[in-house]
Amino acid sequence: MTLEQILQILNGKEVYLPNEEALAQDFAFVSATDLMSDALAMVKTQEDRTILVTGLVNAQAFRTAQMLDITNIIFVRDKQPSERDLAVAEELGCNVFSSPLSMYEACGRLYEAGLRTATR
Amino acid sequence: MRETYQVQKEDFANAGKVSSHIKTTLKQLGVEPALLRRIAIAVYEAEINMVIHSDGGAITMEIDEGSIRFTFADQGPGIADIEAAMQPGYSTANEAAREFGFGAGMGLPNIQRNSDSFDIQSSPAGTILNLSYEVNP
Repeated sequence: MTLEQILQILNGKEVYLPNEEALAQDFAFVSATDLMSDALAMVKTQEDRTILVTGLVNAQAFRTAQMLDITNIIFVRDKQPSERDLAVAEELGCNVFSSPLSMYEACGRLYEAGLRTATR
Repeated sequence: MRETYQVQKEDFANAGKVSSHIKTTLKQLGVEPALLRRIAIAVYEAEINMVIHSDGGAITMEIDEGSIRFTFADQGPGIADIEAAMQPGYSTANEAAREFGFGAGMGLPNIQRNSDSFDIQSSPAGTILNLSYEVNP
């Protein structure tokens, strides 16, 4: 499923999009957590097909994604990163989106659409 | 090649910067992606641990032909019960750490799983964590 389709499912909006080509790329896995150590315990190695869905809106979400080679992050509940945090996303080249859905509903919709967990 | 980086106590705003730098450096040196990711995860967790739990310390990276080694040496106050700290889910992190997304109790287990060699020694004077990775020339 393309990132563009994922964003439609989540009613997502772009917050910061340095790599527009990602919208047409295919994604199959989701790491969904507010705990960065849980994200870092990710076992799937297809990081280029994985998105991070989180309610944790700070620089550590972007740094965690960088360690995992994930470059697309969706914040739930319409959360917006601060200018200072966005500067980290800019430094690391992360695409950033937000969705009005709760974590529960966002994950439910993505699972129903066929995406699967990237963590164990 | 040997480099040392300082890490400050409870400096959450800059936590992870050293790990970002290390990952970028190793990528430029041509470390293969799967190994690079294991190193990045372990080093990041260990850096965050230092920020959350220690009074500050230093991270040293040493690279030679056959290996990449890291030493995380902090100034205390030490880990009271290392065996407990190695159990997934065990955490003594404070509220500030949790607000930044840490304190899940997965740090040390994640570090161990993502290292080739893992050794930790701790006393009230400080904790020394040694990690190493074999590199195929």
